[in-house]
Amino acid sequence: MGRPWGSSSMTRFLLAVLRRDLTLAARRRGDWLIAQFFFVMVASLFPLGVGPEPQMLARIGPGVLWVAATLASLLSLARLFSDDHQDGSLEHMVLSPEPTVLLVLGKSLAHWLIYGIPLLAIAPVLGLQFNLSWEAIMVLEFSLLLGTPILSLLGAVGAALTLGLRGGGVLLTLLILPLYVPALIFGAGAVDGVIAGTGAQAHLSLLGAFLILSLMIAPWIAAASLRVSLE
Amino acid sequence: MNLYHYASPVTFYHLAGKLIPWFAWSAGLCTLAGLYISFFVAPTDFQQGEAYRIIFIHVPAAWMSMFIYLIMAFWGAIGLAFNTRMSFMMARALAPTGALFTFIALWTGAWWGKPMWGAWWVWDARLTSELILLFLYVGIIALWAAIDDVRRGDRAGALLTLIGAINVPIIYFSVKWWNTLHQGASIKPSGTSMDDAMLQGMLIMAFASWFYTIAVALYRVRGLILERERQAEWVKAILERD
Repeated sequence: MGRPWGSSSMTRFLLAVLRRDLTLAARRRGDWLIAQFFFVMVASLFPLGVGPEPQMLARIGPGVLWVAATLASLLSLARLFSDDHQDGSLEHMVLSPEPTVLLVLGKSLAHWLIYGIPLLAIAPVLGLQFNLSWEAIMVLEFSLLLGTPILSLLGAVGAALTLGLRGGGVLLTLLILPLYVPALIFGAGAVDGVIAGTGAQAHLSLLGAFLILSLMIAPWIAAASLRVSLE
Repeated sequence: MNLYHYASPVTFYHLAGKLIPWFAWSAGLCTLAGLYISFFVAPTDFQQGEAYRIIFIHVPAAWMSMFIYLIMAFWGAIGLAFNTRMSFMMARALAPTGALFTFIALWTGAWWGKPMWGAWWVWDARLTSELILLFLYVGIIALWAAIDDVRRGDRAGALLTLIGAINVPIIYFSVKWWNTLHQGASIKPSGTSMDDAMLQGMLIMAFASWFYTIAVALYRVRGLILERERQAEWVKAILERD
């Protein structure tokens, strides 16, 4: 019997959305670089602001890197749907017979691959600047790996709700940052746990649970929001 | 009696107009009674002295901040599912009061925290999640303010309310799940750890908060109905009469 008829066409749709967004990002590398440099710059401002003592930097490092990652993700999220909305292609994709949930899921996944994964590559270098131990950096990487998809998934809800509004970017920040707080607490808490010697497992498990919860809820709410915004 | 009868703005407008005085007077009387018990009847706490009396405001406000959010989420879900206009208006009418009670809970908590903990603010789980609740209220109100189209605004606000509703159980159970500075619940199903007069004062103040919330929400919803139905003949008739 194999899979039901619909599943292969749904997979193809998901992959098509993914490939399209990745191609668009590859052709606009400038936008892509801005988000990564923003991450580096925000993180670099903290040692300048609070002073360069290594102990203190190691203490605040995990939190600062996590806050910088959430802000960098928000910066790029404002445009998750708006470019496609402006040229009209978004409406066509929503009107297509495939479920809007898949469209949102594909776009969130693409956002994570484009903007989330590079943060994983940069974070160890910034971790060294903040005097983090190798062990702490490994846990930071793992917490970002679990946490950055949450940022993309929940961010898609905010991007869909604020689509085409005046001052949408600032409003998006206001709506989404409160929802990011659990990811921030557990993500930074895992690294703090390693530094303090209490272990990271509890925080990482909660972060994983939050990722599963976001994966189950956020695409549906974002798809509904997208339909509301396009009405 | 048909409940759907009151889902129509016309009938609900008149019903709300009749109910408001009752709830407003009940709120006033309960506040007077509650404050009298709080200040003159309830004994001084053996541990916390007179400072504990802030709970007569603090606890009802904290309860209301969470309840109102859940009621907003309920009305939002009803509105999204059944496409009823009144439920979205109810959600909009409740939000400012919810934000107000969240703010009061945080503010009175700070006044209590200074003499008891020696700090206006600590970053413990319950305080932080209550602060996030305030941010959620502000975000929802800001989203409504940013969307001019009534239909889109209603739905967008309802969706945001629903996704933020996960925070409410976190606030409520935070003192149980995490070992925090904020004390656990004083009232439990198995009985309470409080003096009778203290409990009475707190419950009467909670009723006062409920009645106040219902009265102002109905008042606001009447304004919203007039604003949205301004093209209707019956609204024009009312506006010309007054």
